[in-house]
Amino acid sequence: MQPTAHAFPENARAALADARLRKALGTMKSGFQGNRAAAIARMPEWEELREEGRRIKDHVLAHLDVYLERFEARVVANGGHVHWARTAAEAREAVLAICRQAGARSVTKGKSMVTEEIGLTPFLEQHGLQTVETDLGEYIIQLRREPPSHIIAPAVHLTRDQVAESFRRAHGGLDPGRPLEEARDLTDEARAVLRRKFLEADVGITGANFLVAETGSTVIVTNEGNGDLTQSLPRVHVVVASLEKVVPTLEDVSTILRLLARSATGQEFTSYTTFSTGPRRPGDPDGPEEFHVVLVDNGRSALLGTESQEVLRCIRCSACINHCPIYAAVGGHAYGWIVPGPIGAALTPGLLGLEEARHLPNASTFCGRCEAVCPMKIPLPKIMRHWREKEHAAALSPTSYRYGLGAWAWLARRPSLYRTGAALAARLLGRLGRDRGRLVRLPFADGWTDWRDLPAPEGKTFFQLYAEGRRPNSPGDVR
Amino acid sequence: MTDAASGRGTRPRVGLFVTCLVDLFRPTVGFAAIALLERSGCTVAVPEVQTCCGQPAYNSGDRADAADLARRVIEAFEPYDYVVAPSGSCAGMIRLHYPELLADDPDWGERARRLAARTYELVSFLVDVRGMTRVDGARLAATVTYHDSCSGLRELGVKEQPRTLLHSVEGLILKELPDAEICCGFGGTFCVKYPEISNRMVADKAAAAASTGAELLLAGDMGCLLNIAGKMKRDGMAVEVRHVAEVLAGMTDGPAIGEGR
Ligand code: SF4
Repeated sequence: MQPTAHAFPENARAALADARLRKALGTMKSGFQGNRAAAIARMPEWEELREEGRRIKDHVLAHLDVYLERFEARVVANGGHVHWARTAAEAREAVLAICRQAGARSVTKGKSMVTEEIGLTPFLEQHGLQTVETDLGEYIIQLRREPPSHIIAPAVHLTRDQVAESFRRAHGGLDPGRPLEEARDLTDEARAVLRRKFLEADVGITGANFLVAETGSTVIVTNEGNGDLTQSLPRVHVVVASLEKVVPTLEDVSTILRLLARSATGQEFTSYTTFSTGPRRPGDPDGPEEFHVVLVDNGRSALLGTESQEVLRCIRCSACINHCPIYAAVGGHAYGWIVPGPIGAALTPGLLGLEEARHLPNASTFCGRCEAVCPMKIPLPKIMRHWREKEHAAALSPTSYRYGLGAWAWLARRPSLYRTGAALAARLLGRLGRDRGRLVRLPFADGWTDWRDLPAPEGKTFFQLYAEGRRPNSPGDVR
Repeated sequence: MTDAASGRGTRPRVGLFVTCLVDLFRPTVGFAAIALLERSGCTVAVPEVQTCCGQPAYNSGDRADAADLARRVIEAFEPYDYVVAPSGSCAGMIRLHYPELLADDPDWGERARRLAARTYELVSFLVDVRGMTRVDGARLAATVTYHDSCSGLRELGVKEQPRTLLHSVEGLILKELPDAEICCGFGGTFCVKYPEISNRMVADKAAAAASTGAELLLAGDMGCLLNIAGKMKRDGMAVEVRHVAEVLAGMTDGPAIGEGR
């Protein structure tokens, strides 16, 4: 995917004008928020659990090399292979090489944001491999050739009619008059189509929610069960995962799993939690003949030891996204990269650079809801502010904005001048808005007055009145 | 709360941090704050050298200017037992962000921490520190709804305190606002950087307020109030908008925010 984060303002404007998107996002918000709140209300030890989750990940990040090497050693001991990829290109090549080696012609894929990040599916298709997404949401956006707009519900930007349209177009051989109004009809049809693909596939590719250092296992959680079929039916299973997914023990997995499902969908546990530990052993009833793990760095290790290191604690639960009023207004595509919402705004500048992504950390009111709901206690506003500091230092923000800010700070250092300025402004604005009590148009402030009136000041400033001796109990009103 | 305990018997001296927006747009709120603080048994002073808490610079990535303004505020307010602001946003800036902003400076860092510990948003100060449970003599025959401003709510835990006091206002009926804890879209410079997104957010807020049937919307931060009032007036909605302190202090004779006289 080509990033369009640099065009966030334009993307956002287009998104706001899209009535269908608005409809789709409207339904999404209430569901996720309500379910999460209910699940957490049932769990008195929530705060301790968050603290524990944070501790686990901070420990891992401080010893990332140790745990990754331990993980690698266990995978190899179990008969699997580990491929280290510094960049997206290396990761793609590694997967392609595995597929070629296996003589593969067809590949199935489970939902994985890191494979979206490295652009794996289009790459494999270009190299002649039929590649099919098996998660329903991913399957839908693959049909539509769109990037995901959400990390756990990739097609959340679409209404049901849009999905039905896509199915009618893609599934040509079926009865054109068939009903596709209900969610059930759509799932059934996708299942039927996908079942064939599962059976044909030579290689199954999944992501991982966890890499377990003590056992060399990889873990995925899904609600559709497609991940299980993707990884157990084909001859070869390839896990593509980013470095920071590693945790020390199975015990740690269980701690974080308790945080993950509740934060994501409000479930106590996702429907399927699947552990893969190496290829099939003699006597195993099923499982792949080959087991590969591609460990993707793609910019993450460079974040270690920086002010944004804490983004690497993220478990991609999407709670911050689901509670973000900016995301709710513009949806995921506006962010122009794989991970949208607050975590995207905190992470993307670190992976793509500030030149590309500088708008994203500015797309926040710092309302703080993201940090409040984040199960891993990631200080998302603080990290976004940190990127703004970098942006300011590199003078990437518009000159007019920086000058305005500088002039205001200069004035704020001079209280008596500041007072005079405020009094003048109050008088001027007060005059302009005297009759209605508000201004409908104000030069240099169209950003405000294009959409709202500006309430007029009451008259004199507080400091003028106070200097004149006005006190709350003195007779007369304060004007 | 050792400060509170020691303060209650004497007459603690409060330095009022007026805030830029109250100074410029809504002096009534400043006087309402003085009235309420005095009624709670405090002596109120308004340090003359105050201007802005520095939040616009801080949130725009301009740490140097923000730190400079922070040091000035600390100096101006150090003589008082408490710093109180009729704004969760400015109080949150001093209480949470000053210590972080000046952390690398051993002297100023310590001074920032000491001031931060004595800094409060107005209504939570009245209830949590001064032990107010009601406001005597305030009356307002109106159905009102209350928006929880983000910084007050999430940085300072302001949630029940305004409701507690509002319940004691004679004639006032409080109707909870749906999605009261969702941001109104003001966000300081955000509302001019991303006016269209901000507009979408405040439109949702205005619609939620209208849906309650309340005649009056209250909140504790002028930023949110100007934003919400501006939107309601533009769209011709009848709901009036005021700062919660005006109602608690019984200062509702003048026009509401954005209303003509
Ligand atoms: S930042 Fe926190 S809330 Fe957001 S996806 Fe990551 S873990 Fe979940």
